[in-house]
Amino acid sequence: MNPEKRHIFSVLVENRFGVLARVAGLFSGRGFNIDSLNVAETHDKSISQITLVTHGDAQIIEQIYHHLNRLIDVIEVTDLSTAGTHVERELVLIKIATDDPQKRTEILQVAEVFRGRVIDMKPASIVLEITGDEGKLKAAIDIFNTYGILELARTGKIAMLRGAET
Amino acid sequence: MELSGAQILVDGLKREGVEYIFGVNGGAAMPIFDALYGETEIKLIPMRHEQGASHAADGYARATGKVGVALATSGPGATNLVTGIATAYMDSIPMVAITGQVFTHYIGSDAFQECDVIGVTRPICKHSYLIKDCEEIADVVAEAFHIAKTGKPGPVIIDIAKDAQNNETLFQYPETVDIRSYKPQVHGDPGQIAKAAALIKAAKRPILYAGGGVVLANASEELRQLTYKTQIPITVTLMGLGAFPETDPLSMEMPGMHGSCCANYAFTDADLVIAIGARFDDRVTGDLSKFAPNAKKIHIDIDASCIGKNVPVDVPIVGDAKNVLTELNKQVSTADIDPWRNQIQEWKKKYPFEYEQKVGKVMPQYVIEQIYEHYSDAIVIADVGQHQMWAAQYFKFTEPRQWLNSGGLGTMGFSLPAAIGAQLGCPDKTVVNINGDGSYIMTIQELVPAVTMKLPLKIFIINNMYLGMVRQWQELFLDKRYSAVDYHDNPDFALLAQAFGATGLRVEHTEDVAPALLKAKGITDGPVVIDFIVDEEENVFPMVPAGAGLGDVIRGLS
Ligand SMILES: Cc1ncc(C[n+]2csc(CCOP(=O)(O)OP(=O)(O)O)c2C)c(N)n1
Ligand SMILES: [Mg+2]
Repeated sequence: MNPEKRHIFSVLVENRFGVLARVAGLFSGRGFNIDSLNVAETHDKSISQITLVTHGDAQIIEQIYHHLNRLIDVIEVTDLSTAGTHVERELVLIKIATDDPQKRTEILQVAEVFRGRVIDMKPASIVLEITGDEGKLKAAIDIFNTYGILELARTGKIAMLRGAET
Repeated sequence: MELSGAQILVDGLKREGVEYIFGVNGGAAMPIFDALYGETEIKLIPMRHEQGASHAADGYARATGKVGVALATSGPGATNLVTGIATAYMDSIPMVAITGQVFTHYIGSDAFQECDVIGVTRPICKHSYLIKDCEEIADVVAEAFHIAKTGKPGPVIIDIAKDAQNNETLFQYPETVDIRSYKPQVHGDPGQIAKAAALIKAAKRPILYAGGGVVLANASEELRQLTYKTQIPITVTLMGLGAFPETDPLSMEMPGMHGSCCANYAFTDADLVIAIGARFDDRVTGDLSKFAPNAKKIHIDIDASCIGKNVPVDVPIVGDAKNVLTELNKQVSTADIDPWRNQIQEWKKKYPFEYEQKVGKVMPQYVIEQIYEHYSDAIVIADVGQHQMWAAQYFKFTEPRQWLNSGGLGTMGFSLPAAIGAQLGCPDKTVVNINGDGSYIMTIQELVPAVTMKLPLKIFIINNMYLGMVRQWQELFLDKRYSAVDYHDNPDFALLAQAFGATGLRVEHTEDVAPALLKAKGITDGPVVIDFIVDEEENVFPMVPAGAGLGDVIRGLS
């Protein structure tokens, strides 16, 4: 067996009703994995960008590439993990209980380390926003977990190639 | 002048050259059926079940190469189409299925006869459209036909809300279709084609392995040129039968589970497999770890996702078979492989398809041989089961589109409605339907439109009173535990045919087979059904048991 690897696909699709269902259905129907999925309109209103993180061996990844391309509404598929070097970011919102002021101070200090921003603060809770790549977010979440995370929401990865390439 | 959405749809279908629409009426499609009322350019064929409508559209498409069209109402009408859509999808048949949908303002409310058709059919169609606005209809029809017939063909669904059918607008049909996200790769990469030519030149034990894609691409002529030019032995799959004449000495006939020993041994010993429009289906390859273990593989296919899916490929060529073969043919010459050719001839001679004539029984294989004797030029449409395999083995196909069957999905009930579509599409051809007693009764109601239209179909039932193919597996692998396969309680098919208004005959003796077939030839004013009562427990051989390698084929006769 070939080793399994994580791949990030950037998929440009027609910004049309039902396209996401076609992409998601392709993955569930053929037993491919989706680790994370992010969809939004691009600067061109007629096109949406899907960033899809998946994993599999080389043969599976090739199949995913071709099957995505086969969907009629898919304009372009790029495997960012092989097409060149890329940058990736993800955003996470973390809500933590701050029952005593001492704990709140500590949390704010930790947030500083991760360049997190406070976007909501109440007597008993705080909401932080942190962006970064997978490693940074994991480190942050691990630490905040020790303070008791009440709620967590993350966007899934978005990514693009470095330089002038598209 | 403004036209209703339904009329725009019909006018669009005319622009696409549609001759026939197969359908069943119902509430959410009534405006479309109304627009077809009295229509002369397009003939509406009322079928008795929507499954029949989708198979008829499919049979029309397979026989003619044109796009078949099926029409149904929302909800149950649409869900009844589903088996036919999936059947067409698995075999890459160009088809447009049109369904009525509830009024736009009811969509999503679980309205009467509402069904999310787009959702239900998503994994079994090439593409689909939900139309809520009559303005979209003309463009969608043009796109749908373009998508259905280009690239790797397939079924496209157009689901139209009833208000979009009723509302009026101007009819403006697009002259050309350009879809930025859909550009099938037609031409093969020249570098890859050159590599393929070099491999062919170097091979000592090459075989050609052609599939249904050759028929779909209308590339039989190019395939024949390649075979004759190189003199490389060829095997053609169940889906491609007729793409190369089975009567030619270079033909090894069909490969796979019930294929010829010669083709299966050739795969096992080959040093080069040249696959063209074939997809290394599990019914062809058997156990992948034992499949063509010594062979390099060249794979020509229009669908990149088909290449390397089951079997690693040395030279992938994405492109249309006709284009790629035309280029490849310029670079090949007669292969210097006499010892290999001799080996193939030896296998062919030693292991032909053969059966034992049991005393007092009509052997099913004999019936097929006789059908071939009497109807060698006919279009043959088989259903699914043992009779399908015997038909593939014992009828020698010589032309593309001469043999139609549901190979990918293996849909019982496919053949009778498909034969109706084929006969309408090819009125000058004799259409023979080889059916099974189990398969026939799944769509028997379609005998009604066949009788009404006086179609001279030859419906030959290989009646073993069993779901024979399943019974065979039970006999071989489940200790003859014949669970739910005994069909002795079926009605008398000859009498039933007469009740339908067709000619019905019953044949119980070997000596009556040929005379009955001759008699059927003379009946041209409507369908004739011959119920051939054959040996009940005959099995299909050769057989590669599921999970075994092709080299482990059981030849059957000791
Ligand atoms: C719709 C459907 N249901 C079930 C099957 C499974 N199946 C495959 S072959 C077969 C038996 C077909 O019986 P018959 O038409 O009498 O043909 P025979 O094998 O006896 O020649 C069955 C049940 C199928 N292929 N399609
Ligand atoms: Mg039977």
